[in-house]
Amino acid sequence: MLFQSAAARSIPRVLRSSASAQARAFSSTSSSAAFQSFLGSRTALVSASALTAGSVAWYTHLYGSLPFIGEVHASAASDHGLHPTSYPWSHNGLMDSFDHSSIRRGYQVYREVCSACHSLDRIAWRNLVAVSHTADEARAMAEEVEYDDGPNDEGEMFKRPGKLADYLPAPYANEEAARAGNAGALPPDLSLIVKARHGGADYLFSLLTGYVDPPAGVEIREGLNYNPYFPGGALGMARVLFDGLVEYEDGTPATTSQMAKDVSVFLHWAAEPEHDERKKIGVKAVILMSTVFLISVYVKKFKWTVIKNRKIFYDPPKH
Amino acid sequence: MAFSTTIYNAVFRRNSVYVSTIFVGAFGFAVGYDKAVTAVWDRWNAGKQWKDIRHKYVTEGGSEDDE
Ligand code: HEC
Repeated sequence: MLFQSAAARSIPRVLRSSASAQARAFSSTSSSAAFQSFLGSRTALVSASALTAGSVAWYTHLYGSLPFIGEVHASAASDHGLHPTSYPWSHNGLMDSFDHSSIRRGYQVYREVCSACHSLDRIAWRNLVAVSHTADEARAMAEEVEYDDGPNDEGEMFKRPGKLADYLPAPYANEEAARAGNAGALPPDLSLIVKARHGGADYLFSLLTGYVDPPAGVEIREGLNYNPYFPGGALGMARVLFDGLVEYEDGTPATTSQMAKDVSVFLHWAAEPEHDERKKIGVKAVILMSTVFLISVYVKKFKWTVIKNRKIFYDPPKH
Repeated sequence: MAFSTTIYNAVFRRNSVYVSTIFVGAFGFAVGYDKAVTAVWDRWNAGKQWKDIRHKYVTEGGSEDDE
């Protein structure tokens, strides 16, 4: 240590007079005897056993199995689905915002393709404003949809064009209708799908672009489709994205992977609309907290320097 | 007059001045700090945010509530 002088470090040596050394030796023999008898006691045996059993139980509760003990699985790796590739999303970094042009294109893909089967319950038209669309555009898109409202003065329900505060319309009236329209499989709401699946947007992209013929020996039931990224391999949704399916207004070529990327970014935004603001606040917090930490280190050193640098002399009594 | 004396007389001498300085200073710092971080953020994410692409979609005379 910088502040510690040689004199300060030598204090203990001065203190070690013969009298105190003897006292310490005496007390340590008596306490070690007590310790010895504790080690042999029933209490020690019971508490050590309880501690062992408790920590084994806790570990297995947390992690499901004990280390170094082999396990046998009756399942195949394909039951868990292929691990999605990690893609270099342009919003991956700690300081990277979403690419809002991509969100806008992704909304178009959702609206023209996915919304035929999937709802997006948690997104209202107003949420798109200043994210991917202007207020006028969002208002115009809302007005194209008819919403139920009422009751009016005569107590009757009526239809009216949508407004910014309305939520995006769902393709089916209820879950039963959705299942009936999709051979029994329920197309999940996509609002939080990026948070609801391991791998998030990577999984989504892999799933949408991952349709292949089933490998030899894998039987796929009528009405199901093979996709190695889906746990179990067979899902109710067929491949929906094909090159040129939509026409982007900004001229981006609408390849399968481009559309899959854009809709994944859009759904990532839908699941985490606070993403950009959160990262920006994170940057601010990290800078502020690091500065405060450095100041506190300085203040501590400043205050302690007197104590660390003082010298203590032993002045033996003269007889 | 030494700097410490000046600052003592100007800020610390009266509690009312001292507390007001803290409040006004905190407000000013928050504004400036936010501007600085936003400037770096916008430069880092140039072209990706809504404010960078908004001009492509706004129409003359359209509403302004989508900044
Ligand atoms: C023809 C109707 C239809 C369309 C169009 C459609 N899906 Fe699906 N989707 C389904 C059905 C049905 C399921 C349920 C599959 C199952 O559970 O077996 C599903 C499931 C999903 C899942 C969940 C997979 C999982 O891990 O559980 C995601 C994610 C998904 N779809 C995304 C999309 C996206 C993105 C689009 C637009 C590009 C889209 N879907 C278009 C019918 C559709």
